[in-house]
Amino acid sequence: MNPLALLARLGRTALASLAAVGRAALFALSAFSHMVRPPYYPREFLQALLNVGWLSLPVVGLTAIFTGGALALQIYAGGARFNAEAVVPQIVAIGMVRELGPVLVGLMIAARVTSSIAAEIATMKVTEQIDALVTLSTHPMKYLVAPRVLAALITVPVLVGTGDIIGIMGGYTVAVQNLGFNAAAYLKNTVDFLEPLDIISSLVKGAAFGTIAAMMGCYYGMQSGRGAQGVGRATKGSVESAAVLILAANFVLTGVFFSL
Amino acid sequence: MIRMENVHKAFGDNHVLNGMNLEIAKGTSMVIIGGSGTGKSVALKSILGLIQPDSGEIYVDGKPSGSGDRDKFLARFGMLFQGGALFDSLPVWQNVAFRLLRGALKRPVEEARGIAIEKLRRVGLRANVADLFPSELSGGMQKRVGLARAIAAEPEIIFFDEPTTGLDPIMSGVINDLIREIVVEMGATAMTITHDMTSVRAIADNVAMLHGGVIQWTGPVAEMDHSGDPYVEQFIHGRAEGPIEAVR
Repeated sequence: MNPLALLARLGRTALASLAAVGRAALFALSAFSHMVRPPYYPREFLQALLNVGWLSLPVVGLTAIFTGGALALQIYAGGARFNAEAVVPQIVAIGMVRELGPVLVGLMIAARVTSSIAAEIATMKVTEQIDALVTLSTHPMKYLVAPRVLAALITVPVLVGTGDIIGIMGGYTVAVQNLGFNAAAYLKNTVDFLEPLDIISSLVKGAAFGTIAAMMGCYYGMQSGRGAQGVGRATKGSVESAAVLILAANFVLTGVFFSL
Repeated sequence: MIRMENVHKAFGDNHVLNGMNLEIAKGTSMVIIGGSGTGKSVALKSILGLIQPDSGEIYVDGKPSGSGDRDKFLARFGMLFQGGALFDSLPVWQNVAFRLLRGALKRPVEEARGIAIEKLRRVGLRANVADLFPSELSGGMQKRVGLARAIAAEPEIIFFDEPTTGLDPIMSGVINDLIREIVVEMGATAMTITHDMTSVRAIADNVAMLHGGVIQWTGPVAEMDHSGDPYVEQFIHGRAEGPIEAVR
């Protein structure tokens, strides 16, 4: 290929990517501004709280308990190589609270909530329901986007906190039942080892990941193309973007909290 | 009351409206006819501000359509969408009373429900439909609910986007009659877009033929059959031969 043509193609791709980032950023700003300005839609907000928070609990709980259990087994097996089996409670606690709890809950929310929001809003767009909202003097950003993003911002930290506890209890169960740890000593070691910053970082990550997950669902839904293919693309794009952004945000936030 | 002046709209290389001019007098029913993809829906959505024209002016009661309070502007309109566009997550009565449950026209819930049931009756649906969800209704019933929603807040201007598409001839006739009755009863200004010539004859006071992004002919419905316009002649008789290419 002609080097100039290759350069042109790279340039176009870079410009298109920057434009997409700009559109998403403007969408996010608009969503936040609609969140704080009336009118508010409490019924839609409560519905979103139920969908994002309460109904995600089973999947979050199952993910956390199995991860905590597996983590305990891994640390015990790995620690045995240099006679450090006793650190299982501490590493499970720090691993779940600082890293695995927020990231896995974030990814599960991306799979469950982002996809559902994107598919729902994209279908509404395809079937002219978004246009109908506008003709009924209702701003789609206020009615559809703001309640969902706010609900995720509030509930995902709670889900992360719950996931952290369930994950630690998963590790505890495996350690006490299978690996011969003393139950009281395990819990004491866990509580003693965790610092307030660990818990704060976990909850802040939860809020950030929840916001990203809901925002991507809403953004891709509102940008959806026509027909079933448009809805499919919007759903796929929303989950991919949310997952990648959650992992990137996790890296940045981990750096901010623990590398300074 | 509604005036479109030299309105242009393109999507990429596809120039849909190429200087469309149209005037709809207050209290009259205008039907826009034209083939698929000729920009009828784009024209209608441009008036509502759902689509921004590239150039040209649209006036409602002499004021530019984008000026002033948007909510007040939209509160003057009701619209029946082609597929109904009912909100899946809400029961029928909340769809009908959507505007009455929130915003500037908000009423107490019981009053809004009462109005919704009255409007459902007006379009020939029983009160027991009120608590069903849109997915539980047939296509014809969904259109009627859409019609009830369009008239719930008693708008001055009502738009109908392909009101009979997908319906059997009998249900189409019922919807056409309902539209005509309601528009006359409310004294509303109506704009309908359709391919269905039976609808045109049932609903219209005036007809406009849109082709090539411009209005090719407009006049009273009584003159449509003798318009002398080759585009109108071809369209209303459904001929393959004529100035409109059969393959677009």
